[in-house]
Amino acid sequence: MAAETALTRTPPAQADEAHAGGRVRRNGPLTPYLFLLPYFVVFATFVLAPAVYGLWISLHDWDYLLPGKPFVGLDNYQALFDSSSAVYSFFWESMSATGIFTLLSVPLLLVVPLMLALLLNRKFKGRTIFRAIYFAPYVLGVAVIGVLWRFLLDPNLGVVNAILGAVGLPGDTPWTTALPWGWVTLVGVTVWWTLGFNAVIYLAGLQDIPRELYEAARIDGGGKWAEFRHVTLPGLRPVLLFVTVNTILVSANMFGQSYLITQGAPGTETRTAIMYIAQVGLSDYKMGSAAAMSYLLTAALLLISLLVFRLFREKDS
Amino acid sequence: MIDKNFSRRGVLGLGLGAGGAVFLSACGDSGPNEKVTGGGQNAAPAATSYTGPNVALAFWNGFTGGDGPFMKKLVDQFNTEHPNIKVSMNTYQWADYYQKTPAAVATGNGPDVGIMHVDHVSTNAARGVILPLEDLAKALDFKAEDFSPPVWNAGVYNNTRYAIPLDVHPLGFFYNKTVMEKGGLDPEKPPTTDDEYQAALESMKAKGIQGDWVTPFEFTGSMQFQSLLWQFGGNLFDDQASKALFAEDPGVKALTWMTDHIKNGYSPKNVAQDADIIALRNGKNAFNWNGIWTINTLKEDKNLEWGVAPLPQIGSQKAAWAGSHQFVQFKQKAKDDNKLAAGKVFINWISQHSIEWARGGQVPARAEIRNGAEFKALPEQSAIGTQIDYLHFLPPKPGIADVMATMVTAINEAVLGRKEPAKALSDGAAKANQLLEQNAKKYGS
Repeated sequence: MAAETALTRTPPAQADEAHAGGRVRRNGPLTPYLFLLPYFVVFATFVLAPAVYGLWISLHDWDYLLPGKPFVGLDNYQALFDSSSAVYSFFWESMSATGIFTLLSVPLLLVVPLMLALLLNRKFKGRTIFRAIYFAPYVLGVAVIGVLWRFLLDPNLGVVNAILGAVGLPGDTPWTTALPWGWVTLVGVTVWWTLGFNAVIYLAGLQDIPRELYEAARIDGGGKWAEFRHVTLPGLRPVLLFVTVNTILVSANMFGQSYLITQGAPGTETRTAIMYIAQVGLSDYKMGSAAAMSYLLTAALLLISLLVFRLFREKDS
Repeated sequence: MIDKNFSRRGVLGLGLGAGGAVFLSACGDSGPNEKVTGGGQNAAPAATSYTGPNVALAFWNGFTGGDGPFMKKLVDQFNTEHPNIKVSMNTYQWADYYQKTPAAVATGNGPDVGIMHVDHVSTNAARGVILPLEDLAKALDFKAEDFSPPVWNAGVYNNTRYAIPLDVHPLGFFYNKTVMEKGGLDPEKPPTTDDEYQAALESMKAKGIQGDWVTPFEFTGSMQFQSLLWQFGGNLFDDQASKALFAEDPGVKALTWMTDHIKNGYSPKNVAQDADIIALRNGKNAFNWNGIWTINTLKEDKNLEWGVAPLPQIGSQKAAWAGSHQFVQFKQKAKDDNKLAAGKVFINWISQHSIEWARGGQVPARAEIRNGAEFKALPEQSAIGTQIDYLHFLPPKPGIADVMATMVTAINEAVLGRKEPAKALSDGAAKANQLLEQNAKKYGS
């Protein structure tokens, strides 16, 4: 999106210069493909080929170190739908953990950063400092925030419970070891950690909305709410689409927070799909099964992304 | 990816052959390294000294904690004493290490020498990541008694030795003397039987102290569970490790003993990872079944009054969970006899100097060092070391670590109050049996 706006803003003079200086035949039938080629090579090497290879792996009982990698057809997929298999309950539990996390975190990550961006878009003293403050946690790695919050939220020894207890609130909330508190923790930490990113994208979007539209709205006698509904939201639509799809994908790929803060506890109820897939593939060396699982997850995410795109398109018409 | 010419039998044959040569030359060699002309492939690979051309060895391990510096010191000393061998040490987190090394070996970039926990040896042997070490054991004339039978046998997979033990790290009984005193106990007399244990917990409870926090996580709740299970006469698996037995009566007794702590108010609910030992350090918890590696952590707290003893005997017999760090040699794309020989010299040398390693908070695997005066002078380590004859390890079965995960989950569910102990264990055992069956098919054992 940023690139798009940059292009449309290119001053005409500069564009003319490029025309004049170009001696290369620009209308050759191969030209666009040549320009696309470098990216395509990278894409094919690092995305397409591994994806196809992964599909191939998912049809085998695959351990890259064992000489025998027997072809098992769709067995790995079938096991995921067979309630008597060893992976069935673990896999679907992990998928539902991912689903729960996504459902809880995405709305918050769409709305809270938007409100924040609206505030930070106003003119007031120290605005830049606040922008930095809200973006700051995003700079930290997941290992840092994971360990930090694991200790802060320790049910028995953590600072959070100690403070809550000191002000007369229940001081023994099992933030990391029981449900639903585990989800409160994981969603809360994630929102605190990543809202800065979405807020920055929103901010950029807000600044692209022409001032005149707001002036027109004001002249028409619209209040703040009308301004927001009829100017801000439509102006943000492309940004919203990006933020929505991106946030859903990122949330569905959550791994580090669960791994570090709750370790999947209690039992395996906060173990996300990615966490389980990593265990099956990388610790248990059952790459075939892990590949099948990740294809199922991919399919689910593709479907959801398509739905979101559709939703936004229908609004368009 | 896989070298098709590489067969286990071939390597074994080579190994035995080299072992014979090592043995012969080792007999006549006791002085400093001799200069051998025409070295290279002709230099007889001796296990106690290496006389070939200069070699560089990559040594990988996961000693990221307080033990790392001790190993680094040993490696440095080895390098100064062996001018023709240059060992460089690389440390990864264990979890990364077990993912990285097989991949590195597969691409021909693997290390030469490494450390593995005993429960990973068979998996990596079956996957062709590590090489048999029969020759080294034979050359040095190692016997089970030199280590202690359970430790020594833990490095054998399919009747072939793949690993040489460096240390054992059992669970020990750590106690905070200040908290014990506050709870009306004699700080010099930690409980040794179940009756004493329960009485101590009651006494502390009467003074408002939750004296024994039960942790639901692998570190170290599931290790405590295993120790108790063996104490109650149970076993994790049957003899062939083809069926899980941990949900049987002894297992239920063991887990119930743990969850009763919470029910009776001796332990808080919902203890998080590591909170048990942190609470002991903060003066909130008195007892903790924890690994020997805790010694150096506790020593850092200058004001902490603590002690460590062998595990109390709760069940009908003595038993304690233990892990073991073992030396392994990794498969190389192109076999280099000099490197293999030098690697063996290195393994043997470190093993002989493992008293230094004991100071890092471990029990040396070698009996002569464990029984020596220097080790006895380490009060904490030697207290835990007295358990050597009743330590238990996981069976040497490929894929056993995956299976254990189901048990870890069961402990977690029961201790966090999600399921009754018997139900949690039987659910876990059912999963474990499915995985054991899958692994048997996969590894062909």
